[in-house]
Amino acid sequence: MSDKIMMSGNEAIARGVWEAGVHVAAAYPGTPSTEILENIGTLFKDDIYCEWSVNEKVAFEVAAGASIGGARAFCAFKHVGMNVATDPIFSMGYAGVNGGLVFVTADDPGCWSSQNEQDNRWYGPHTKIAMLEPSDSQECLDFVKAAYELSERFDTPVMIRVTTRVCHSKSLVQTGDRKDVDVIKYERNPSKFALLPATAIARHPVREKLLAEMEEYSYDCPFNRVEETEGAAIGVITSGISYQHAREAFGKKASYLKLGLTYPVCGKLVREFCEKYDTLYVIEENDPYLELQVKALGFTGIHGKDLVPACNELNAAVLRRAIFNEEPGESYHVEATAPARPPTMCAGCPHRGFFLSLSKVLDKVVPAGDIGCYGLGTQAPFNGFGFSLCMGAGFSTLVGLSQALKRQSDPRKALGMVGDSTFFHSGITSLIDIVSSESNVIACVLDNSITAMTGHQENPGTARNLMGQSSPVVDIIALVKACGIDEDHLRVVDPLDISAMDAALRDGIEANGPFVIVTKRPCVLIKEVARANGKRHAVIDPEKCIGCRMCMSAACPAIAFKDGRSMISEGSGCIGCGLCTQLCRFGAISIVEE
Amino acid sequence: MTKSILLIGVGGQGTILISRILSAGFARMGYDVKMSEIHGMSQRGGSVTTMIRYGDEVSSPNFGEAEADIIISFEKSEAIRALPQLKKGGTVITDDYEILSVPVLTGASSYPHDALEQLRAVVPNTIIIEAFKAAEKLGNSRCQNIVLLGKFVKTMGLDEKADWKELVAENVPPRTVDINLKAYELGYNM
Ligand SMILES: Cc1ncc(C[n+]2csc(CCOP(=O)(O)OP(=O)(O)O)c2C)c(N)n1
Repeated sequence: MSDKIMMSGNEAIARGVWEAGVHVAAAYPGTPSTEILENIGTLFKDDIYCEWSVNEKVAFEVAAGASIGGARAFCAFKHVGMNVATDPIFSMGYAGVNGGLVFVTADDPGCWSSQNEQDNRWYGPHTKIAMLEPSDSQECLDFVKAAYELSERFDTPVMIRVTTRVCHSKSLVQTGDRKDVDVIKYERNPSKFALLPATAIARHPVREKLLAEMEEYSYDCPFNRVEETEGAAIGVITSGISYQHAREAFGKKASYLKLGLTYPVCGKLVREFCEKYDTLYVIEENDPYLELQVKALGFTGIHGKDLVPACNELNAAVLRRAIFNEEPGESYHVEATAPARPPTMCAGCPHRGFFLSLSKVLDKVVPAGDIGCYGLGTQAPFNGFGFSLCMGAGFSTLVGLSQALKRQSDPRKALGMVGDSTFFHSGITSLIDIVSSESNVIACVLDNSITAMTGHQENPGTARNLMGQSSPVVDIIALVKACGIDEDHLRVVDPLDISAMDAALRDGIEANGPFVIVTKRPCVLIKEVARANGKRHAVIDPEKCIGCRMCMSAACPAIAFKDGRSMISEGSGCIGCGLCTQLCRFGAISIVEE
Repeated sequence: MTKSILLIGVGGQGTILISRILSAGFARMGYDVKMSEIHGMSQRGGSVTTMIRYGDEVSSPNFGEAEADIIISFEKSEAIRALPQLKKGGTVITDDYEILSVPVLTGASSYPHDALEQLRAVVPNTIIIEAFKAAEKLGNSRCQNIVLLGKFVKTMGLDEKADWKELVAENVPPRTVDINLKAYELGYNM
């Protein structure tokens, strides 16, 4: 076992991409998929062109272009990212590939860092694209490599569906070498790739035929296996991480049909397995994706979602309770409860200034949120926005919201916010809609010069790319102006300058027509920013502090209130951003640089 | 028999680094190992957990209620948060260190300062150390995790089974090897 190494599923996928001889890889970050491209960017950039694309649709199209051109291509996104990318994905389902094309959708059962638990396995049949589900890191690597063979053999993109516990769990992996793969010569082939109606209608039956061939192939393909337990009366059909939980929960009581190729599902294999067992279970997280297919084959007595919860993650304990009515073992109980510890904006976070000012005008605006670190601003004490849907919606919802407010004579103005990465992702198109509809709203770009929430990925505004090279900066302010916002309706402010931030909001509220505020201040966690900050921090003079708690309104994790006084202790994380010094009316807080 | 370990702390405390060292150690002992981390929203000062499971053959990387053989907690109140995951007869190793969350700082939530007295009263195998303080005294509070590692290795009697110091040296940033080895010794002898 000694030559195996511990790898997360994401690391193993990245390694598999490299070993498969891939030439081009593109992604947009999103938990739990992000480390795949991060690893390719740090470890394999000499062999693979890789980039953070502006959004998932663009990422998939970058990969599709490479595939059509004859290169092996790869793409990755989180589950909701696939929603953004499905338009070209459906098309490539019809067109097929030239060079192998494999993409990863990383689903998030349990919503560890997502807005839903959507089960992307449905996209297999929906897009008519082959789907593989690895169960651990070794399979992540092996399946990715095999997926390229599958892709080129059956002329299909291949989707690898993983989940948080596969992506972010580490297990032992045997690695291999990179295979040198030649780029296939690009030949013009409009009857396959130019999907005009006449081509598309002709490609559809081709696709159906390939799917039928793939199902035939799946009967003894390397992705599926039957694990027989002697004397077991129970049969379990399962895939992905659910296989691991099923093994824990059923152990030697059951035999297993472990499916790795979950679209198309091999009907013959399922039928043969089901006929052998008196009692059958489908064990799967979230939706009854496999269950419905097994039932459609006539095995209607099979157990699945009648017992196994459809909501939240599974683990062995959940299965033992659901299947065997086994309660968890005994634990210990104390009276004390742990305090709430939600994620919060860091000390020095520029978003804090924005929300502090916003919280003062909540009687004049109705804020719409979006997804990013600023999503934390919906929490108390700022109570910054009342809804957020998906990336970009922080701007586009304003158009409809302002109409709705007007129709109920609500004088408040709709105000939305997106981060810099979100602006590039899908905020630009939304802003264009705001401008062209002449909506009377305030659109704020919270530019902290990085894609922060997902762990600091480069974006078109960061002057550096995934491969570590310097890259041209796409200027957000110039873009805003180019969309049709004139100087009068634009404010660029430092969000930690309270009076400037207040003034910008005030101007926005008084203005007529589309108004944009760009807050500019880099994330404090950016290495260069942290370095430049040095040892700067704030100190509170206990003689001058009267305990009025004004500074506490910033809800900064660096400020504590003890014995009637505010204090900033060592190791509090304070970086001397100066927000609290502006809040203190007694001159008790000062910044020191030592 | 598969053993399950739960590590819990606050974002930024270095739970992931010691999880990495522990799982590398178990792998070197010849065990099958799986480790599950939760990233994402748990950064930014939220509660962070990692699960490690090792044994002859491990299936699930994660586990549910009352299934942990041991909890290693980097923060006092986090030990309380993790408690329902502990098996009867299991062990808690926890730092006597407090990090007040923002809801506590703003007065929206209260902090159980007597958490460890309560814990000690009900969990026979409660081990409380001052890992953060020790690391701070040593000159780098970030070595808190390695102090805890030393205590864990000693408590579990794993010292003979792998070269933990070598594992520490391999996994910490090169500039910090010496101080981390001292931190390990400190924890081991606590
Ligand atoms: C469609 C989609 N793709 C990816 C994500 C993951 N995601 C959540 S927040 C975020 C980054 C936001 O960055 P930015 O807008 O710059 O805000 P910041 O976190 O820096 O404040 C990403 C990529 C998502 N939620 N939805």
